[in-house]
Amino acid sequence: MNSTSTMKTPMKRVRGLGSAHSGTDHFWRQRLTALANIPLTIGFLCVVYATLGKDADAARAVLARPFDAFIIGLFVISGVIHMKIGMQVIIEDYIHGEGSKIVALALNTLFSLAIGAACVFAVLKLTFGA
Amino acid sequence: MTEAKTRPLSPHLSIYKPTITMTMSIVHRITGMGLYAGTLLLTIWLIAAASGAAAFAPVQQFIASPLGRIILLGYTWAIIHHALGGIRHFIWDTGAGLGPERMMLARLTLIGSLVITIGLWVLGYAVR
Repeated sequence: MNSTSTMKTPMKRVRGLGSAHSGTDHFWRQRLTALANIPLTIGFLCVVYATLGKDADAARAVLARPFDAFIIGLFVISGVIHMKIGMQVIIEDYIHGEGSKIVALALNTLFSLAIGAACVFAVLKLTFGA
Repeated sequence: MTEAKTRPLSPHLSIYKPTITMTMSIVHRITGMGLYAGTLLLTIWLIAAASGAAAFAPVQQFIASPLGRIILLGYTWAIIHHALGGIRHFIWDTGAGLGPERMMLARLTLIGSLVITIGLWVLGYAVR
């Protein structure tokens, strides 16, 4: 009765995601990648164990095996998304200057993208050969 | 103006006596940042491997050196501690583990991370 200025229901406001224009997707993605990271870390450790004590050529051959390359690729992608969101939370918690915050957030995104691209490129090159 | 300056601040880290739950929470964030930096080493490892045996051999040599092993040991502990801390967060997400048992969960995170790290390294020396 007291809000005659709008016909919007609270549900409509939730769907519109408010003034931030984004909702809980970071929260959700952080948990999804955290869940994926558990088996992927175990898989990555298995690949690392397979390279232990091997010379450079033999270790490269291990990393080039399709399944091993696949595991490393997934590990890197899930890990990089997880660490990018995690560092963003840290930046938003501790860096309060508007300018330095935007710079830090941009650097975080660029660093994460570069790391992810470099690792995926390296794995693909290893598995598809020279 | 002077009133604004003497406004009370909400209490922050420095005012509390450290507890195991608080310390494990801080360590979770620190290991996260360590793992963030560690991805640079993972990238060097993979790019060197992709570049060929001539580039990969010195990287392997460095990892096998005492300094390389110390870094890798720290990396192992950081990833295991962060993983166990993450599992603790999943337990909290269900609404459980927030009562007095949170002390036990925090201790398990620390002890578990040390035990698993040592176990992984013993396994590593065994399979090598």
